[in-house]
Amino acid sequence: MPKGGKYQLSVDETTLPAGVSFTKPEYQSRSILVLMGDKKVLFGFSSGEGGGGATSSSFTWARISQLLVDGLFFGILIALGAVGLNLIFGTTGLTNFSHGELLTLGAFTAIVLNELGLNLVIAAPIAVVISAILWGWGQNRILWKRLRRRKTGLIASMVVTIGLAITIRYTLLLIFGGSPRSYQQFAGQTGLEFGPVSITPKSIVFAILAAIAIAATVIWLQRSRIGKATRAVSDNPALASATGIDVERVISVVWILGAGLAGFAGIYLGSTQDVTWNMGQRLLLVMFAAVTLGGLGTIYGAIVGALVVGMFVQLSTLFIPTEMKTVGALFLMIIILLVRPQGILGRRERVG
Amino acid sequence: MPANGQRALEAQAALSGVPRIPGAPKPDPILVASSIVRRFGGLSAVDVEHVEIQRGSITALIGPNGAGKTTLFNLLTGFDAPDEGTWSFNGKSMGRLSPYRVARLGMVRTFQLTKALNRLRVIDNMLLGAKGQRGERLWASLLPFLWRGQETKNTVRADVLLKRFSLDAKRGDFAGSLSGGQRKLLEMARALMSEPELIMLDEPMAGVNPALTQSLLQHIKMIREEGSTVLFVEHDMDMVHDISDWVIVMAQGQIIAEGPPGDVMKNPEVIDAYLGSRHEKALTESGESLTTGDAK
Amino acid sequence: MNFTFVLSQSITQALGVTAIIYCLAAMGLNLQFGYTGLLNFGQVAFAAIGAYSVGVIVISFGASLWAAIPIGLLASVALALVLGIPTLRLRADYLAIVTIATSEIIRLLVRSIALRDTFGGANGINGKMGQAFHDLNPFHADIDLPFLTWTRQDLWVVTVGWSLIAIFTLAIWLLVRSPWGRVVKGIREDENAVVSLGKNAYVYKMQALILGGLLGTVGGIVWAIAKQSVQPDNFVPDVTFFSYTILLLGGAARVFGPIVGAIIFWFLLVFVGEFLNQMIDAGWITFLLPTDVGPIRFILVGLGLMGLMIFRPQGIFGDKRELALNAR
Repeated sequence: MPKGGKYQLSVDETTLPAGVSFTKPEYQSRSILVLMGDKKVLFGFSSGEGGGGATSSSFTWARISQLLVDGLFFGILIALGAVGLNLIFGTTGLTNFSHGELLTLGAFTAIVLNELGLNLVIAAPIAVVISAILWGWGQNRILWKRLRRRKTGLIASMVVTIGLAITIRYTLLLIFGGSPRSYQQFAGQTGLEFGPVSITPKSIVFAILAAIAIAATVIWLQRSRIGKATRAVSDNPALASATGIDVERVISVVWILGAGLAGFAGIYLGSTQDVTWNMGQRLLLVMFAAVTLGGLGTIYGAIVGALVVGMFVQLSTLFIPTEMKTVGALFLMIIILLVRPQGILGRRERVG
Repeated sequence: MPANGQRALEAQAALSGVPRIPGAPKPDPILVASSIVRRFGGLSAVDVEHVEIQRGSITALIGPNGAGKTTLFNLLTGFDAPDEGTWSFNGKSMGRLSPYRVARLGMVRTFQLTKALNRLRVIDNMLLGAKGQRGERLWASLLPFLWRGQETKNTVRADVLLKRFSLDAKRGDFAGSLSGGQRKLLEMARALMSEPELIMLDEPMAGVNPALTQSLLQHIKMIREEGSTVLFVEHDMDMVHDISDWVIVMAQGQIIAEGPPGDVMKNPEVIDAYLGSRHEKALTESGESLTTGDAK
Repeated sequence: MNFTFVLSQSITQALGVTAIIYCLAAMGLNLQFGYTGLLNFGQVAFAAIGAYSVGVIVISFGASLWAAIPIGLLASVALALVLGIPTLRLRADYLAIVTIATSEIIRLLVRSIALRDTFGGANGINGKMGQAFHDLNPFHADIDLPFLTWTRQDLWVVTVGWSLIAIFTLAIWLLVRSPWGRVVKGIREDENAVVSLGKNAYVYKMQALILGGLLGTVGGIVWAIAKQSVQPDNFVPDVTFFSYTILLLGGAARVFGPIVGAIIFWFLLVFVGEFLNQMIDAGWITFLLPTDVGPIRFILVGLGLMGLMIFRPQGIFGDKRELALNAR
């Protein structure tokens, strides 16, 4: 690149090898912002119909083990989002339809820092902190705390989360445009071979960090004072408040934690795939499937549900076209609701 | 006043020969329940061996917080399902009946946390209580001539009840604008609209201004005089003394004593149950109902 | 800068086919959300069912439009049952999650390559699927008033569309003023209280879900007939949320709310869009590109939805007395 600036790149489709096409037509050209130095640009290709509709009917052990690993990694990613979703639900009763946007905001925070010249290794933790404070604590402070004080009902609040999600999504689209972006580092990694399974090093690092973050959250909930208070508030806010727990403080902490985990999930998703304005929205329903499966409001439920959904989504491609794998997960959720509405680990509540 | 009306004397006479033991059989029970168990996790919230409620009486169900009174209410009215147990109302077995069916059979309850329907007018709250309304069917609702007559009759009845409960001035207001005590009254009046045989009141006095308590008690007595049976939950022993014909005491999910109010209050087990868990709290509790009651 | 054009476009759109479709969807939401308190976040699925029934049955299968319409309505009832049976016994948020998920399932299914022969994949179904309806057109000329321009075809759709809305509004008015309406409003306020009075809340909620869904499906049928084209990406969740914004703009639980809402909503949306476009064209606004106008319109919808729900759920012309009670 001669110098920094905005570049419009496009690929001449006729130069592509036969049978290779763009996964999405809009991937043919993309604009990137180059601030300094070199930048790798990735284009989304797929060969044949693989990325689209065809079911590969090859039931090889190699494929199954690859899918299991992919499913595990995807499950961990979902868990990052689902834990926060469930913590917020547990303590405030709010089903947050703008939780996906917390992922997107995290990913975009990192991309801004990244394009300002910070290596992703440094940009990512900073972005997680910004996510936690600005998008989590700040959001709760500016919006939800006030709505709680106004005694806005939960059903009304759910509609508000929808409005917020739309606002955030299209603000990002307005500012950053519609074409996908990727982080400057670790973009075109080739996978390491573990027997029949191929995994990129960044996936391994991210998955391990994510697993640590989730484990730390669980231990924190079990051991720390504020963690125990969080569980008490989830159990019964009125009682918790009566026993001297500062419920508002607990809710603040939960938003910080939930948004931080979600921001991390966004960066994870953005580095293994793309950073786009609607990336979080696309994952929202899968997170809901995980949470519903495990039981709304239970933290272990969210983790177990996420792993089950992750595996299910990936393994289902053995039987159904890849493009329909989300459909499979959503069907699973509806079936579970029919059979065991409180989720795998949930419990029923008292009336009156 | 109806306090010592005909029905009160009858009920007290009928209960005079009943042994003062938990699970005592009654001469004319309207509700009979046996071995009702409800567990939450490992904990038995309710574990009632046998209980009968005398028809035409006011029976109080008392016990310290967490004794399982509301849970038992929920189980009997179908709002919760027991792990074990059978019960019958008017001789009809009631296990696993949906709560709306329970209500249709004539066993209507109110809730501890008042459920006034805020954005409905007071009169609409009342009309909702009426049973067997033709206009509540989807297709009939589009043809007002099918239900106008019935609606007018129900409205007349609702207005009589509103007057009796001194809510007639609030007739056209949203129920959400009523005070805490008025909501309790409205909920009771609404339940009466369905002409229940057994009315189950969950803490009718909780959160009510002391000035209103007396009139609430009079209303409950009036219900008995009109031939209905009343079962109500209360945790304040002094409240029940005045109006109940019979008292059932629960503690830790079980029935520990039964008898007329005077006897039960002297029962050492009952005093233990109350002192054990509520000794220090008794004072704060009564202070609480003074301050929180009728905040508006 | 052609202000007359902006105004004429806005008025035409505010009374046009799109406003009618969204008005019907919002009327359905009014029954479900406004009166019964059901959070249907998948109204677009019901519209998709209607539109695709027409497209598939008329174009893919070559059958009559007059067969497609009742089949679409039946499919809509079936969808409501499928959604309602698992969720209507559960807390409100489960219905919200399952309906939005189902609307995405349906969109992904009709979009899929595997089912392309029936549903046309990402390109959808295109063809004269509304011809049987347009053959009945009694109008002979286009309409071209100073602030209102419709083709002869649109004029026919608009006439029938608003007539349907008038009939449905009358029916809803009768419904919500009847004892049936009292029960569903009671369920909105507190389901357990209504159940404790002997009403089978589950059945009422199901009825409201079915009726509201049917209105959305009628919207979808109007879509297919008017546009003669159905595409999967016309049926994204945002359609549902536009309908919610319309409902809240006109006022939830107000009989004329969706009509008022749809007209104001589309007037404002088109006005803002066209106005910005003209400003950019004329070079008066230089910091925006023409492609930025789309996102800005969406941002306004998002902010509007939040603001209305928080501050004025009873609508911009709503009753102050009710405002105090909306703390729910």
